[in-house]
Amino acid sequence: MPTVLDSLNAGLHRAFAEDERVLLLGEDILDPYGGAFKVPRGLATQYPARVFTSPVSEAGLAGMAGGLALRGLKPVVEIMFGDFLMLTADQLLNSITKFGWMYGGQVDVPLVIRTPMGGRRGYGPTHSQTIEKHFLGVPGLTVLAPAALGNPGALLADAILNDPGPVLFVENKLLYLEPARAASDLPEFELTPHTFPGDYAPAYSLRISGAPPPTVTIAAYGYAAELARKAALLLAYEHEIFVEVLVPTRISFPGNAYFDNLLLPAVQRTGRLLAVEEGTAALGWGAEVLARVAETLGSNLRAAGRVAAEDTPIPASTPMEDAALPQAGDIVREVIRIASR
Amino acid sequence: MHDHPTLYRGLYRIRRFEETVLNEFSSGVFYGTTHTYIGEEADAVGVLAHLHPGDVVFSNHRCHGHFIAYGGYLRALFAELMGKASGVSGGRGGSQHIHWKDFYSNGILGSTTPAAAGAALAEKLKGTGAVTVCFIGDGTLGEGVLYESLNMAALWGAPVLYVVEDNRIAQTTPIELALAGSIPARFEAFGIPARELDTSDVLEVLPVAGELLDAIRAEPGPRALILHTCRFGPHSKGDDTRPAELVEKMRAERDPVKIHGARLDDATRKAVETEVDAEVATAFAAAKAEPMPEGTP
Repeated sequence: MPTVLDSLNAGLHRAFAEDERVLLLGEDILDPYGGAFKVPRGLATQYPARVFTSPVSEAGLAGMAGGLALRGLKPVVEIMFGDFLMLTADQLLNSITKFGWMYGGQVDVPLVIRTPMGGRRGYGPTHSQTIEKHFLGVPGLTVLAPAALGNPGALLADAILNDPGPVLFVENKLLYLEPARAASDLPEFELTPHTFPGDYAPAYSLRISGAPPPTVTIAAYGYAAELARKAALLLAYEHEIFVEVLVPTRISFPGNAYFDNLLLPAVQRTGRLLAVEEGTAALGWGAEVLARVAETLGSNLRAAGRVAAEDTPIPASTPMEDAALPQAGDIVREVIRIASR
Repeated sequence: MHDHPTLYRGLYRIRRFEETVLNEFSSGVFYGTTHTYIGEEADAVGVLAHLHPGDVVFSNHRCHGHFIAYGGYLRALFAELMGKASGVSGGRGGSQHIHWKDFYSNGILGSTTPAAAGAALAEKLKGTGAVTVCFIGDGTLGEGVLYESLNMAALWGAPVLYVVEDNRIAQTTPIELALAGSIPARFEAFGIPARELDTSDVLEVLPVAGELLDAIRAEPGPRALILHTCRFGPHSKGDDTRPAELVEKMRAERDPVKIHGARLDDATRKAVETEVDAEVATAFAAAKAEPMPEGTP
């Protein structure tokens, strides 16, 4: 069973093999080092003319990728830590996502910025954050986030090869060494992949095998989906509460087929929703999900909640970091609260 | 096609377009903002006269002159400034955000400098032989991403010409309050050859720009052209804080249209002016008659 890291690496190699317009730009991406988290390992050896190891210049890199994409190439930019994404923010907000629309729809900007995000490794306040929420509402920007389910590398390759762009691809660091699980790897669950017409980004649903219909719907992406999966087992075996975990890979709005076709109908059935994310709660992904569900379901939404990080920076010290970030136990506690209402 | 009447026509077209914009703003036909190029016409005409088909241009907020010198349609630019669906960017972009053929402008200062380096690198990787020209002003020398762009353009041999139009004022801030050190040294620090001219004469800009673009085509890599110039108009509209005498002195001594116009005999010059006056008036009237877009973005 490949890890998420193996899968993403294979996805990059596939994209490079299938389309010679694909390029990679980023810091410390040459072999043998192969990138800080090793996702692009081997590309520089196999395609030396298409891999540009760069100075420490995130804004410039993003901007150059915008120019490369405008002129018909398909750049992939690695931002070494998601925290550094803020250095690309002007390029993303005022150029890359604007070109297509503000030039009257005359151009595409097919580029992918991929970056490792998240904590639980003791890297401290500026190397542990989950900050994609600041980019989720940018018009024209697709944000994708694989989980340790299905084929994350295929998602990355699809984004590079087939999305007219631009795409922000968020990889939680703790996922890298997780296996990319198929249904056969999760005997305690029914894992169902979902695809949607006109959307290459799949979603996944998890239920406890042989359990009664779920009474609470959990929405979670990235590594938070792993926490939710663990919480689902604890809830089933220790509390006899049965949940469904619905995992998107497309997390930006609007244009979210997962929300329209999977999450909303599910919450229509259960009436109870918990949104789980590793970033802070205020104005985040969970807030958007809950707001959209509430707008549609009104009083049919019986109970809802969010599990997210504390509203502080991420501490370096392990016990403090554990306390700042959401854990499976937090999800269990919140589900119990919601289920009783 | 660098004969005197052709160059004069290029300068005068920009002048008449921009004067029309400023004069008609109060009539309400234009709205939003604009940044006119009056006084700087020799830069755009002198540099872009050397473009080959497929060469790429990145421009900034003060983009009308660049667009017109590039060959853009006056009617389509007027229409864009009027918010018409028939405008260059369908009315979405307005004065600062236009794209046509291989020409792109953006209103965020500095943001175009890495995009231009990227576009230049793309053309190099594709083997098209195209060069990219990126116009910036003295104000943009304050933006950090410029220096990231120069560094990477030099490292990767991007065939790009950065043209600095130094009009000695950024909105209302004089260059003395905004710029430390030397402009050419900024480029030379990255190993980028820089040429510097203090002129409003298109015949002085023309050969130097040609040499730099030829050098880029022969040996791909960035070059810089620093043009000390004069902005006669306000930054935008009615926001000129400079003493009137200073602007009058610039208009008397540094007017590219007058400087080059003096090389033409009266009859030739008048013929060009009459033709361009009619062209601008026709383009303005045509754009004005076109419908506004439906009220959806």
